Amino acid sequence: MAEPLGDTTVDRAIDRSRMTVGSEEAIRIAAMNKWYGSFHVLRDINMTVFRGERIVVCGPSGSGKSTLIRCINRLEEHQSGRITVDGTELTSDLKNIDRVRSDVGMVFQHFNLFPHLTILENCTLAPIWVRKVPRREAEETAMHFLAKVKIPEQAQKYPGQLSGGQQQRVAIARSLCMKPKIMLFDEPTSALDPEMIKEVLDTMIALAEEGMTMLVVTHEMGFARQVANRVIFMDQGQIVEQNEPGPFFSHPQSERTKLFLSQILRDH
Amino acid sequence: MEESRFVRTEMLAPQAPPLGEIGWIRWLRDNLFSSWLNGALTLLAGAAVVWLAAGIGPWFANAVWNAGSLAECREILAGAEGACFAVIHDRWLQLLFGFYPDTLYWRPTLAFLLLFVALAPALFPAVPRRLLWFTAVYPGLAYLLLWGGTIWGPLVALAGVPVGVAAFLALRPALPLLAPAAGLVAPVLWWLLAAGPVAGLLAAALPWGLAPVGSAKFGGFMLSIIIGITGIAVSLPLGILLALGRKSDLFLVKTICVGFIEFIRGVPLITLLFTASLLLNYFLPPGTDFDIILRVVIMVTLFAAAYMAEVIRGGLAAIPRGQYEAADSLGLDYWKAMRLIVLPQALKVAIPGIVNTFIGLFKDTTLVVFIGLLDPIGLSTAIRANTDWNGIYWELFLFIGAMFFVFCFLMSRYSMHLERRLKTDHR
Ligand SMILES: Nc1ncnc2c1ncn2[C@@H]1O[C@H](COP(=O)(O)OP(=O)(O)OP(=O)(O)O)[C@@H](O)[C@H]1O
Ligand SMILES: [Mg+2]
Repeated sequence: MAEPLGDTTVDRAIDRSRMTVGSEEAIRIAAMNKWYGSFHVLRDINMTVFRGERIVVCGPSGSGKSTLIRCINRLEEHQSGRITVDGTELTSDLKNIDRVRSDVGMVFQHFNLFPHLTILENCTLAPIWVRKVPRREAEETAMHFLAKVKIPEQAQKYPGQLSGGQQQRVAIARSLCMKPKIMLFDEPTSALDPEMIKEVLDTMIALAEEGMTMLVVTHEMGFARQVANRVIFMDQGQIVEQNEPGPFFSHPQSERTKLFLSQILRDH
Repeated sequence: MEESRFVRTEMLAPQAPPLGEIGWIRWLRDNLFSSWLNGALTLLAGAAVVWLAAGIGPWFANAVWNAGSLAECREILAGAEGACFAVIHDRWLQLLFGFYPDTLYWRPTLAFLLLFVALAPALFPAVPRRLLWFTAVYPGLAYLLLWGGTIWGPLVALAGVPVGVAAFLALRPALPLLAPAAGLVAPVLWWLLAAGPVAGLLAAALPWGLAPVGSAKFGGFMLSIIIGITGIAVSLPLGILLALGRKSDLFLVKTICVGFIEFIRGVPLITLLFTASLLLNYFLPPGTDFDIILRVVIMVTLFAAAYMAEVIRGGLAAIPRGQYEAADSLGLDYWKAMRLIVLPQALKVAIPGIVNTFIGLFKDTTLVVFIGLLDPIGLSTAIRANTDWNGIYWELFLFIGAMFFVFCFLMSRYSMHLERRLKTDHR
């Protein structure tokens, strides 16, 4: 298949010096199954994410991508198998769940900023109330990350006053303020206009360059190709294929993957 | 013919808009005479207003303010139409305070003025938050001022708060989800079991206090305000807990909350008030002196709380799932997520409904007349029972209505102010 894959790609060279994959396990999912009522939405999921990995999860609508990453911070409960995040197994123990959640950042398709709080308050709330960081220090950290996502000047505004792209970058900064070890992204750009997609992807690339462990559900194949070290393709609640991005795009093995890629590439 | 090409050589200076587009002429046209039909309706409505004013005007204009009885009023009026507001002049203190001893009027008055000091830090962010300590001790202080008696009663009752906090803090490390419930149950146990004896002992040792005034002497607007304000202050937190309980995943909590809400909403308030005045006496051990006003306040509060819970549930339903998920994903536990993320937004949405319930509650306090308490309506009957004022209705009801209106209107204005202040969504 021909370069570039027709998506929004970054026009700068990516600094790969710190994008190293460690040997320590960040997430381990073993024989995990999940049902919604009698609907078997995730079937026998096995995967391990090592520290520093950037994994892109793709697949057709309804294939269970969102459900999978939402299980990782227990926004959804799994019914069998085991999920271990950063050495802590997710069970019904609320303490473990809160610990995992405060160590795992999550970015949603629709941003989910808190509309009654300013941008700065959005970013300092969890550090102050969960991590017990002093307010002054939390605000400094927040301004640091807001500068990193390039919107420090919006700190005193409310989410409703920002564009979609800006809101998504605030959402990323809000997660980063908790100093997470792992970041989950659920279609972070699919509610955005093309120009804004680029600013959000730039932010995510900068994050990858700093060595963050990332699990990204996205259809931005350009991002997958440039940043991911592994691409996972899901269909009907199962992992159908996973590979490094190069071979994944150039030599997909499964018929389903080929069909999916041909459709998604035709769309762009 | 117009050119298809054009270059402006001179810029236009701004001009004043044509007459009739600004000021009151414009306003009249837009609001009163925007079409023939609207013009006709305006004139018709104007005529109706004039006609009404002409009818009622003399009644007010001829009003008699100084007279000792209705008969005297009639004499002064000598056959003309006119109000006899002399009854208000004669009895306004009674309408405000009921049969409270007149040498002690300063006590309820002071309690009323301090109420605003207590409310200010809760209502207006410009007031320093430090004043909230006064808000916290106000209930005890007001109780002492109104009922008098030993100072130990309110102090021991206020001690229920640190008892609750202590129970909460003690349980939190072990049972984080049950701790808030323990924080509520512990003070209740304290009040029911420990407070009485402890206060008795302290009072025996140090008999400090004010002259006691019995509940039977309470009446008038003082009574309405006591019942109304207490009901309002307690029904909001109770309503919040009930609404959260109704949405809870815990089956037992949910069932209890739903059962309570549906039962209380399904029963007329007056029935609850009769229960308070009659039935509770049968259930309580003989000899317990369970104050009638306290009983009424409890019933009115429970009644309002059930409505409040439903209003707040409406507010909770307006909060998108994503807000809960975002709060969860940041590691906020249930109570923090509710307090910091969900409730501030849900309550904001529910403000009109909440204030609606408050106003309803405040006006419902007039129902206590049916169980023999002398609220303003009850007093108006008492005043008429006196031969001097036998047969006077309108003037008293007008005064009572006007007083209620002032309070309800203030609440309504405050809620509108609050809605504007909290508007951050920029939709
Ligand atoms: N709360 C729920 N109850 C019942 N079924 C659900 C629920 N949430 C999702 N599903 C179903 O589970 C399946 C997987 O949903 P999921 O949201 O994980 O898909 P997805 O791969 O993220 O799709 P998309 O690309 O559209 O976001 C879908 O068929 C969906 O209808
Ligand atoms: Mg999805």
